[in-house]
Amino acid sequence: MADQLTHKSGSNAYLQIDRLTKKFGNFVALDSVSLEVYEGEFVCFLGPSGCGKTTLLRAIAGLDIQTSGTVRQADVDISALPPYERDFGIVFQSYALFPNLTAERNIAFGLENQGLEKSAIGKRVTELLELVGLPDQGPKYPAQLSGGQQQRIALARALATSPGLLLLDEPLSALDAKVRGHLRQEMKALQRRLGVTTVMVTHDQEEALTMADRIVVMNHGVIEQVGTPTEIYREPDTLFVADFIGAMNQVSGRTNDENSITIGELNFKSRAHGLASESEIVAAIRPEDIVPQGTEDFSNDTSNVENSLEMEVESMEFLGSFWRVSLNNSALGGASLIADMSINAARRHEIDAGSTIRVKLPSERLWVFPSAAGIKAD
Amino acid sequence: MTQSAATTAPAAPLIKPKTSKDDRIMAGFILVISLYLLVTLAFPLYAMLSKSFSTYAFDLTNFEFQVNTGDGWSEPFSAAAQNEKIQKFKPEDLVTSSDGRLAPTDLFPDFSFRSPTLYKLRQVRGDTSFLFKTDRIDDTDWHEYNSNDFRRIVIRASADTGLDNFRTYFSTPALFRSIENSLFIAFLSTIITVSLAFGFAYAINRSTMRFKGLFRLIAMIPILVPSLLPGIALVYLFGNQGMIKGLLFGESIYGPIGIVIGSVFFTFPHALIIITTALAISDGRLYEAATALRTSRWRTFWTVTIPGARYGLISAAFVVFNLVITDFGLPKVIGGQYNMLAVDIYKQVIGQQNFEMGAVVSVVLLIPALLAFSIDRYVQKKQVAQLSARSVPFSPKPHKQFDRICLGYCTLVAIFIVGLIAVCQYAALIKFWPYNLSLSLVNYNFKVMDGGGWDSYINSIQLGLYTALAGTIVVFVGAYMVEKTNGFFATRSSFQFLAMMPMAIPGMVLGLAYIFFFNNPDNPLNGIYGTLAIMVICTVTHFYTVSHLTAVTALKQMDREFESVAASLKQPFHKVLSKVTVPVCLPSILDISIYLFVNAMTTVSAVIFLYSPDTTLASVAVLNMDDAGDVAPAAAMGMMIFYTNVGARLIHQFVSRNLVRRTQAWRGT
Repeated sequence: MADQLTHKSGSNAYLQIDRLTKKFGNFVALDSVSLEVYEGEFVCFLGPSGCGKTTLLRAIAGLDIQTSGTVRQADVDISALPPYERDFGIVFQSYALFPNLTAERNIAFGLENQGLEKSAIGKRVTELLELVGLPDQGPKYPAQLSGGQQQRIALARALATSPGLLLLDEPLSALDAKVRGHLRQEMKALQRRLGVTTVMVTHDQEEALTMADRIVVMNHGVIEQVGTPTEIYREPDTLFVADFIGAMNQVSGRTNDENSITIGELNFKSRAHGLASESEIVAAIRPEDIVPQGTEDFSNDTSNVENSLEMEVESMEFLGSFWRVSLNNSALGGASLIADMSINAARRHEIDAGSTIRVKLPSERLWVFPSAAGIKAD
Repeated sequence: MTQSAATTAPAAPLIKPKTSKDDRIMAGFILVISLYLLVTLAFPLYAMLSKSFSTYAFDLTNFEFQVNTGDGWSEPFSAAAQNEKIQKFKPEDLVTSSDGRLAPTDLFPDFSFRSPTLYKLRQVRGDTSFLFKTDRIDDTDWHEYNSNDFRRIVIRASADTGLDNFRTYFSTPALFRSIENSLFIAFLSTIITVSLAFGFAYAINRSTMRFKGLFRLIAMIPILVPSLLPGIALVYLFGNQGMIKGLLFGESIYGPIGIVIGSVFFTFPHALIIITTALAISDGRLYEAATALRTSRWRTFWTVTIPGARYGLISAAFVVFNLVITDFGLPKVIGGQYNMLAVDIYKQVIGQQNFEMGAVVSVVLLIPALLAFSIDRYVQKKQVAQLSARSVPFSPKPHKQFDRICLGYCTLVAIFIVGLIAVCQYAALIKFWPYNLSLSLVNYNFKVMDGGGWDSYINSIQLGLYTALAGTIVVFVGAYMVEKTNGFFATRSSFQFLAMMPMAIPGMVLGLAYIFFFNNPDNPLNGIYGTLAIMVICTVTHFYTVSHLTAVTALKQMDREFESVAASLKQPFHKVLSKVTVPVCLPSILDISIYLFVNAMTTVSAVIFLYSPDTTLASVAVLNMDDAGDVAPAAAMGMMIFYTNVGARLIHQFVSRNLVRRTQAWRGT
């Protein structure tokens, strides 16, 4: 993972998590997790529920302190400190806005008893209300605000004390889809502008892909992969990551040599997998990576014959901007594949339910994972 | 990177979280509040339990005499041998209480204090004692006395532990028959009350009759009066000179009939609240489905209504059962010769000063009470799961005939409740029933009566106010601790367990336990015995459970992350407590305080053993005046309690409405 270390070269690791383990009785919620978060970075913890992402966030906040392992923030060991003595702002899924205080007083809550003048507090609150785009909602109670507005007030409250670290615990999941999409961009822009190091927990891959500089994919208390959204999507390290992010065809097979495999009765070139031959494997390819081929593709380029096969179109599903096509070939051992094809491609290749078409599974997009590594995530 | 780090580096350090100032304050809280419940509940109950197993008997084998009638000292002989010889005491005569005394002169039939005979007395082992005048002697030396001094000697009973008290209890038919009586009365009252309350709740929930609000209000009246007040009303109605005595066809109201009618009266609102809640949470969609399937009303009732309300019905049944079997005031007033367990405790302790036997009866009474309580808790836990977020409330449609039946039924129940109260008020205002029916306030001249006069009324109000104030604080802090602290899991769950206990502990039992615990001279808290303080503590503890549950419910509605947010903003927990938690929970806090006040005004059982001549209470005065034959003044005092509670409720409503308007502006919008 050299890319991770060189990422944002010049920035320091602001948050260093070293072999963090959290046990609840016999249950291991976090198993020796290590991670570095750089200054000004937006990192998402992504994973299914129960994967340990919230536990990790709460350990960073000091709300549920880990069993073992250290957390360093700005080169200070904060492992054992109570939240009170740490430097962070937090937004919860429920927002936890104080219902009996107005939006202004919620935001001012952390500014009181800090030796600030009343006028200074007022000024800061106004500033924050403007920052989150709600300049005239200050005197309202939380119950009088919409969900999106409440979320922004919670964010303003968390930012009020200018913390070095902003922690977001599924901050958008209580909102409906439209507001969520809008707030995603807004929060990201705000984070960029303020440059505050941010860690967000989410189970929504779209949220993670659109907002994060880097994504930490977690499962069963361990980190599966750390990388930029494109790395996570295009180059999954594990079957779990491949399956959890985006759609992925998965077919069982066996290895031949270092970059070829057998599925059913057919041999395919694949990405180098480093597994011994005759290992049980799961081959994976994204629906959009399956390329439909016409007869002209073979006339001048023989390499196109590689990984190319004829498949029967079982059914087609129209999804607006593309077709989702179910493909079948009995030689694949009964497995069927899903391919996403543009409307143009579908028209050009005259793809229709019941017809037979030739498709290519590009070897550099055909992933191979050991089959013991986990079947399907959820 | 993750894996290579884990394999090459040494094991990650274990983290011992640093405690913050907040943590330490919280820990202090937990300690104090846990200690409070230990001292006010666990220790007294333990003292009572051990009392029921402590037996006292005269150990005659341990005493030896020598007699000198002028011709030299006789050979030593034991008191046991002497007793055998003259057949004076039977074995059961030697069983006694902690204060038992036995004069050794009884073992010498020809004893005369004028005779020149000399006596020597010694104890074989040093585990008994005898008194000479006021000196306690527990050595094993021979002591010589002349006959005039010898008659001033009494042998003390020696303590032992065992089941003897229980053996005595179960071999005394007059005592153990009360078990049967108590169970019978409780069963009968439960069946009647739950049926009546179910009908009432059903009418209110499922009909479109008028005056629902009025009926609800009337149904709550019994909560505001001591449980013995209906007994007084029943005496006026059906007693020996009762107004409508003939309706009983010669049966006596003094006994099971009176107890059951009175029990139905005072337990009715408790059952109604539970059943109304159970009916109100039923899912309207089930009724729509039943209608769509053309199910008959009758079938719908048995297949939808009853199953839906079954947990409520079971819960109501056990609550009523518990209330009846532990109630003391009502059977005391109207029970006549019909013995019940709670009254037995009173008789043993006050009448016979037999504290050990009082403890035994208490333990016996605890068993059905604990059983009923545990089943109720179990059932209530199940009920929670029944209501789903998607349920639709049922809204009744007009049905003329059904509505008319409901109205008629509720009117009858309302007449029963209002009638009994009205009779009490009438009785209080009549000069001398049944001979002089002119109205006067002479019965309110409590000064001339037995029971403490107006002072007891003032004391009661003080008790109510202190209980409401101290109780609300203790209860809220305790609930806050259970709900909001992290860690201390064992302490918190044992606290939660202790907080649920008082519901199962009859007031009499708690009061008696307080005697054993606080009246012990070795107890450093002995000083509060006989003061108002001990009654406040006892009342708070007695009504702890419901208050605790109210506070916990209110706190559960608070976001769990408020404290986390405050910590992230470097604000101490007490700022959240004072600025957010308390203001948001204010309506519940006020509910707790009025609940405690009303119950402190009406309770008899919790305080009957604890009042002193300076701290008589209105509710106790009702009992004592009735006991002394001043029934009309008793009714008058009972009505004073009623009006005070009505007033308190009105003030409570006024205050909370105003406070809510000021502090709860955020609601409702």
